[in-house]
Parts: sequence; structure tokens; C-alpha cells
Amino acid sequence: MSPRFIEHQRLVLPAPLLLDGGAALSPVEVAWQSYGTLNDARDNAILICHALTGDQYVAGRHPVTGKPGWWERMVGPGKPIDTDRFYVICSNVIGSCMGSSGPASRDPASDTPWGMRFPVITIADMVRAQVALLDALGIARLHAVVGGSMGGMQALAWAAHHPERVGRALVIASAARHSAQNIAFHEVGRQAIMADPAWKGGDYYGARGGGPAKGLAVARMAAHITYLSEEGLTAKFGRRLQNRDAKTFGFDADFQVESYLRHQGLAFTDRFDANSYLYITRAMDYFDLAEPHGGKLATAFARSVATRFCLVSFTSDWLYPTSESRAIVHALNAAGAPTSFVELESGFGHDAFLLDVPALDRVIGGFVGEGA
Amino acid sequence: MSELRPDLAVIAAHVAAGSRVLDVGCGDGTLMAALRDKGCDARGLELDPANVAAAVSRGLSVVQGDCNVDLTDYPADSFDYVILSQTLQTTMRPDRVVEQLLRIGQRAFVSFPNFAHWRVRLSLLWGGRMPVTRLLPVAWYETPNIHHVTVDDFRALLAERGIEVEGSWFLTGDRPTSAAAANFRAEHAVFLLKR
Repeated sequence: MSPRFIEHQRLVLPAPLLLDGGAALSPVEVAWQSYGTLNDARDNAILICHALTGDQYVAGRHPVTGKPGWWERMVGPGKPIDTDRFYVICSNVIGSCMGSSGPASRDPASDTPWGMRFPVITIADMVRAQVALLDALGIARLHAVVGGSMGGMQALAWAAHHPERVGRALVIASAARHSAQNIAFHEVGRQAIMADPAWKGGDYYGARGGGPAKGLAVARMAAHITYLSEEGLTAKFGRRLQNRDAKTFGFDADFQVESYLRHQGLAFTDRFDANSYLYITRAMDYFDLAEPHGGKLATAFARSVATRFCLVSFTSDWLYPTSESRAIVHALNAAGAPTSFVELESGFGHDAFLLDVPALDRVIGGFVGEGA
Repeated sequence: MSELRPDLAVIAAHVAAGSRVLDVGCGDGTLMAALRDKGCDARGLELDPANVAAAVSRGLSVVQGDCNVDLTDYPADSFDYVILSQTLQTTMRPDRVVEQLLRIGQRAFVSFPNFAHWRVRLSLLWGGRMPVTRLLPVAWYETPNIHHVTVDDFRALLAERGIEVEGSWFLTGDRPTSAAAANFRAEHAVFLLKR
């Protein structure tokens, strides 16, 4: 089923959103999901921030893909993030395409989709929209904010910009800034989309033949490699051939890994908007928490000393390697914030935070649940 | 606190309530938990990720890291006490580690097994083999203790570096031993150092 026919739970923000880029976005819709019950003291809320291509459907069945939520294994009754105890909220980031305002939304001025006229947004802008959502829900302070990858960037931005509203910040497989390598991979993806003739400068909505699915699929394929590890790919595919006994001496998907990537790329185009991919990768590239502080990351956390932090990295994650988490830990130590950090052993690469890593369950359950 | 190892019990008893403490090599956080009960703001550094996970799940703030390299990341003067229990003898350069402890903290607790304990001496003298004792239970080829140290060795290092000893405790099992014969009679030693 196409995303546009799904009724997502939405909140229309009461005021325009003032963005880092200088624009005021209006109207702003934020699509969100919740799990569990908000207690009378309104102090058991956990905000989960999703990654680049994630969405608000953390648990339960996804209404578009029909698959389980992206963190089904972590969130639910009796799970590490226990919805019997906590009120778990996740909202679709602005710029995305699962119900929140993004380039596919209607620009009220022209009554056509924004396309590339949608303002460039930042991680901090995503957080601003979440702040407005929590204001509307009457939640003054979060028990915890939790996120992996781009979700971790949002969690860091929450703790840096709104420390009085964050009790605990759990940042998994993430970084306080995008490295040259991170930006480089994103640029490959964006160029793949923009090189697709069907992209049409971003004005492909309603076009016959649809949007730049081929470009978006290639972007996803390239990105997907960065989420895995060499050992993971070798273990899963090696040099095995796809449904054949010998090489074809052609350019069909001879190898299993080719077939897998093609499938990943194609499946992605069913649920994701190419322009959203451009905007969100841009937001990640612009992310550098230390930049406004002359490069001193510790200064970014100067007000965050009452927030408890936990950072987790994975041994085989080369996209956001342990050194990035360590740099954050170093800054938090310098700022004096109570900080935990653990590098977990996993062969799954960057995607480990979404997969079966029992030690991660223990760390998350312990950090989020202890003393609450 | 009854389940604390004897040297940790000594340390826990002598850390001022409500102080800021860094426990280097904190294991699963047993001492940190005891210090937290005393109102201390305790932080930990620990090499083993399983131990870090265990400590984090107790609500403690523990950073995975290696005291041979990661102590330099901590700002000067950021703690009242830095604790290094039963770890000094496993470090690459114990002298530099002690230097780091006293850079980061006003005071440092250092505890270590005394290699000049009479049992160790007898074992080496009569057996002619590297001692394997209750406190040093691992054979020479796989022991993490790469810098064996005696009470007198440690005192000499402190004197050489001009480090002040504010307190010292010597233990055999869980019983205290006098300071005078400590180099011979103590199984392990606890020093409280001051810059």
C-alpha cells in the first residue's frame, strides 16, 4: 500500500517552526506513535529518535510495509524499554515521508508539493519539532531520550540544547558530527538520485512513471553497504552465486550479494521518498555539535551535567566507529556529566543496533530502567 | 558493605561521604555502589565490556577504557579521589599511572598485592618457581600482573616522586597487619596518596 493512503496519527504544530537555515516552516505536521501509558506525574516518558530511513513505527505492525516495527525487539511489555513502565513516544522527523512535513507535503503557498522548495533542515530542527510535540502532549521532562545513528544525533542535540528536559540520554552507534567520509557517502547517494532523469529537479510528484526510483535504489544500495561490515557480508554471502552453478559472463546479478543489494534498493523505493532522502542526509551532513563552540564539544554539554549519558558503539561499525563515541565521552567527562560508555562486540557493522546483540539489550534495559 | 573485598572495604571506609570519586578498574561496580550509598558521585573506568554492562545496568556511570591510555582523557583536578585497586601491578607503566591518578584527583587510593609477603618469598626461595598464591593465583605465563611490586618498592617510588602518603593499611586476609613489618607480613597494601 502506498504511504500516501495511510492515515498516520498527526499533530499540527500551533506555531511556525523557526529553522536553523533562517526560514519559518508552516504549517508543520508531526506524525507520531506512542506505546504504554503516561503516568499521572507525567514523568515516565521516553522519546525514541529514529535513524535516517526509520519512522515512528517502533513496535507493532508497520502500516505501510506490513513488517514488525524497526525496534520491535527492544520496545514492548517486558522488553528492555519496557512499555509496562514507560510511555514511549516516537515521531517521524520533519523532512521525512511517513506523515510528518517534508518535501512531499503540500506547500500552502502554491498548493503543490514542496519538492526542493522545502527548506533545508537540520538535526536541531528535527529536535525543535519534537520539543513542540512534547509541549503539546504536556510532557515537560523526558525520563530518557534514546536513539541510534541519526537518532543518536537527535539524542545528543536534545541533551545539549534542552538539558533541563532530559533525564538520561542513550546514544547508540552515533557521532557528534558527520565526518568527511560520512558526507562523502551521502553525496554519492544524493548524486545517484539527482542523476536519475525521473528526479526532474525534485518535481516528480504525480508524474507519470513515478519518481527517481532507480536513483533512490542505487543510493540505498551504496548506503546499505556502509551499514554492514566486511566480515558480515562475507559470512552472509561470501562469493556465493545466486541461483546458478556458474558465472554467466554477463552483468546479471551473478552473486548473492548483488541480488541482495538490488532487492534492498528496490524494496526501499516502495516506502521512501527520494527528496526526503536528500533532505535528511543533508541534515546529517550539517550536524556538528561542536561547531558553534569553536570546535570545543565539551562546551556544547556545559549545561548538561544533570543528564546521565550512556554511549554505545560496536566493534565492526566503521560508519560511526568507536572513536566517534570516545570523542563524545571525552567531552562529557570534561564537562563533568555522568557518563557511561561501552564498545560492544558485534560483527553486524553499523546495523548492529537494530539486530540481535544481547549485551545491548542488557545495557539499554539497565541504563533506561534502573532506579526509575 | 559486608561483601566488599577487604582492601575495598578499607577504601570505602576512608572515602569522605559526598565526595567525587573515580574508580579506575571498577569491575562490575561493587565499590562504586557502596560509595554511592555514602552519597558520593562515583564514576568508573573499566576494561572489560561485560563488567561495564553489568555496572551500567546497576545505574552506575562507567566508561569502557584502558587505564594505560585513557586516563589522559580526564581533566586535571576533576575528582576528590581516584581509586586504583589491585590494578597497579597490571599496568604497562605503574609510575605514570600513579602520576595520572594524582593529576586527576586530589587524592588517590592505590591497593596492590605485596610481592614480598613471606609466603611469596618462601615459595620463590624454596620452590625456585614463580609463586602462585591465593592473591596471585595465575601462573607466570598468563598472569595479568606484569609489574610485581612490594610494599617497600612502592614506598621508594613515592619517596622518589615526592608523593605524600596520607594513610596506609596492610592486610593479611581480611585482618590488618602492622605497618612496621608490612613488607614481610602484609598480603596486600592500601595507600592513600596526596599530591
